[in-house]
Amino acid sequence: MKRAGFTTVSLPVMLLLPQLIIIAVFFYWPTVVALQSSFYLQDPFGFGSTFVGLQNYADLFSSREYRKIAWFTVIFSLLVTFFSLAIALVLAVKADKVLRGARTYRTLLMWVYAVAPPVAGFIAVIMFNQSWGPMTEFFGLLGYNYMVGVNYNDTAFAMILASVWKQVPVNFIFFLSGLQSIPRSVREAALIDNRSASGRFWDVTFPLLAPTGFFLLIINITYSLFETFGIVDTVVKGEPGNNPMTLVYKVYVDGFRGNDLGGSSAQSVILMVLVLALTVFQFRLIERRIHYT
Amino acid sequence: MAQVELKNIGKTYPNGFQALHPTSFDIAEGEFCVLVGPSGCGKSTLLRMVAGLEEITTGALQIAGRVVNDVDPADRDIAMVFQNYALYPHMTVRKNIGYGLKNRGTSKEAIAQKVEEAASLLNLGEYLDRKPSQLSGGQRQRVAMGRAIVRDPALFLFDEPLSNLDAKLRNQMRIEIKSLQRRLGVTSIYVTHDQVEAMTMADRIIVMNAGRIEQIGTPAEVYHNPASTFVASFMGAPPMNLLSAAAADGEVKLGDQSVCRTSHNGPVTAGIRPEAFVSDNSGPLVMDVQIIEELGAHRLLHGTLGSEAVTVQISNETAAALGPQRLSVKPNAVCLFDAVEGQCL
Amino acid sequence: MRKPKLSAVADHAVLIAGSLFMMLPLLMLLQMTTIPDTEIIRNGPSLTIGDQFDDNFEKAMFQASGFSGENTGLSMLKNSFILGIGFAVGKIVIGMMAAYAIVYFRLRFATLAFWLIFTTLLLPLEVRILPSYEVVQWLGMLNTYQGLIIPLIASATATFFFRQFFRSVPEELVEAARIDGAGPVKFFIDILVPLSQTMIAAMFIIMFVYGWNQYLWPTMITTDEDMYTLVRGIKQIVQVLEGAVVPEFGRSNVLALVAVIPPVLVVVFFQSWFVKGLTESDK
Repeated sequence: MKRAGFTTVSLPVMLLLPQLIIIAVFFYWPTVVALQSSFYLQDPFGFGSTFVGLQNYADLFSSREYRKIAWFTVIFSLLVTFFSLAIALVLAVKADKVLRGARTYRTLLMWVYAVAPPVAGFIAVIMFNQSWGPMTEFFGLLGYNYMVGVNYNDTAFAMILASVWKQVPVNFIFFLSGLQSIPRSVREAALIDNRSASGRFWDVTFPLLAPTGFFLLIINITYSLFETFGIVDTVVKGEPGNNPMTLVYKVYVDGFRGNDLGGSSAQSVILMVLVLALTVFQFRLIERRIHYT
Repeated sequence: MAQVELKNIGKTYPNGFQALHPTSFDIAEGEFCVLVGPSGCGKSTLLRMVAGLEEITTGALQIAGRVVNDVDPADRDIAMVFQNYALYPHMTVRKNIGYGLKNRGTSKEAIAQKVEEAASLLNLGEYLDRKPSQLSGGQRQRVAMGRAIVRDPALFLFDEPLSNLDAKLRNQMRIEIKSLQRRLGVTSIYVTHDQVEAMTMADRIIVMNAGRIEQIGTPAEVYHNPASTFVASFMGAPPMNLLSAAAADGEVKLGDQSVCRTSHNGPVTAGIRPEAFVSDNSGPLVMDVQIIEELGAHRLLHGTLGSEAVTVQISNETAAALGPQRLSVKPNAVCLFDAVEGQCL
Repeated sequence: MRKPKLSAVADHAVLIAGSLFMMLPLLMLLQMTTIPDTEIIRNGPSLTIGDQFDDNFEKAMFQASGFSGENTGLSMLKNSFILGIGFAVGKIVIGMMAAYAIVYFRLRFATLAFWLIFTTLLLPLEVRILPSYEVVQWLGMLNTYQGLIIPLIASATATFFFRQFFRSVPEELVEAARIDGAGPVKFFIDILVPLSQTMIAAMFIIMFVYGWNQYLWPTMITTDEDMYTLVRGIKQIVQVLEGAVVPEFGRSNVLALVAVIPPVLVVVFFQSWFVKGLTESDK
């Protein structure tokens, strides 16, 4: 709060009220309900619910299917995060270095940010179309019969590819911005101190980019866990079946389509804890980032 | 053989802007050469071309006898001190200073020893394990110099290193840098926009303006015999008075008072330094004093001589009052410049 | 350059490869809108450009593809705009007001309000999706624009963004305003809001794209086809394609392109504001 503040009380209260009301109704209330429902088992015929304590959670942890999905989510997140970051870093370093056409490249590389995840999934569906999709044909040339929707790994690969494609622009923008915030004179000092370009990159540029990198790590993990919902839903064409899916997708499938409110709520709570841990971690990192310079 | 030779070095940017007109000069070994001029005059561009941070459009650059136009900065045997220090924020002072040596394959023991030497020379011993963010501006500047010193290069380059420091620190560091350079004997090119730094530190000054060299000379030469009105008014504070005068019949007249002899004819600009005036009750010139500035050791009188503004410096023992004041000019203290071109006559 | 040109060529090659990686999928979509569907199901996308675009465009925008005959491309486009703009405006207005209240007033419960709002950053919508649905249903807001927009506003991103910005505004401005006789409302309207113009623009772009691209939430709460947004409509497109004998790829692709183009145009034309909004809104 500022030193020089106004002292009226009614005005700020009125200003805050809309925000507070909205989050009370549409954030806190649902969150509390989610927490609560996770401890109940809903009667399938709609006759109310029974308190079952931690049973829903126990069921989840012992469910082979849940563990399989959790495992897929972990691998999926790691792969999407790694490749989105790596590709974006390479592109950002080059875009920063190049003298001509820097603006054009920047535009061409960042516009995919505005593409909705389901559209990315839709593109994957077309590219991997069984009969005539370009990617399917490409794999065919390599001697592999690609079967999205049938083969678990094939479907997973399509999801990962679409997710990486969609996420590279965001990382690119942040990395480029991070690179450009390294003072020019520091880079020039490095030019004088070290004749090797890769030496300069690893000794000077990379360490100074690390804070941005850590920050992006969290953003990417969150993206992989949640925002890829649209991609998953589109690639499985709305029919989950035996397909790979992420934890958040299962929340939707069990709750909205399977009507298992208790189980779905328990899954939500598990995800809440996960996100909480990630965000707390991120805030700690931000604090350290401010002390860095 | 000179340490640094510039032959017709020029810089034109892709958009056609000519930052530096083709220029040539040499710098002797061990010389402290200062490039001074207002912003945009091309001094930093010139320095950066010597460093290899800017491409040389025309001309040949030689350092220690070698043509280095196409040589990487890291291979030119130079070290540079930047205006904002350019220390690596994530490395300790020790690592900052030693980084250049590390990349040149110097052994760990040799690096450690050289770092210790530089640190004791610059009083950085206590700070070796700190990071730059934990140091003050002056300390950071010394680390930047330490980084340059350990390299033992053929050439030191300074790009306005004192501009970011407060006035008191600046005065102190000026002396430190100059004595350090004397001690180490390394050829140095120093860029600044501050003419006081130039005057006090340089063995030779190069005054630049709008991409051209106006004059090269020792501080005394540049001060007493400026080559143009630009140099005359840029060097020295308060600046030299530049007054319109007319030359005829062997005399130069301000208004109708003669101030010196000359063989030229026609309108001229007469350059007279504030301290070249003498308070003289029987002097030929009358100044209307409007403001008196007391500086302790001397006084500055601001006012008009005829229709032109003029500043006169007198000692603190000479009386001064507002209103009319008679003056005369010390003999041989008038510099004459062409009224149109500004060149020294 | 004094360095061998080779490294510069390699740099450009990498960047061109990256650009192609980004562009080709969409170019493929575009190409498919120009050839007849029968050809697509035989050979898929190719390098030829046909003449079917106008036809497909008309079908996409003006023909309904669902059961009720209500969801033409045009109506979905309209809904997308309403969602995008409504969400952005709502977020900005509410966020600015709340940020102003927290930063510029001495409130005893300001810290409490701050933490309440802060907590909303910790849990994305996806983890409370079902209860949120129930709440909206209970409030009778299903299949309405309010139900679509308001629950999405229940997170603090804009508030934090503006709080950060307001804190960077020099203190002296408030003091000068007070001396000039401006009260809190005048200060806000005459001084703070104009100062925040770039920030508002930046936020608007980010939020518009975010709102426009919403998928899960619209999928859940809009079952009336006339409320479908373009992005929500993708789900239906995919389902329809699956079931059809001659899937209408040309038309679906046009819809996908229409779903993508407005946000892309906004991001590209207002690039500098967009980048600023993105990089400065890191919580």
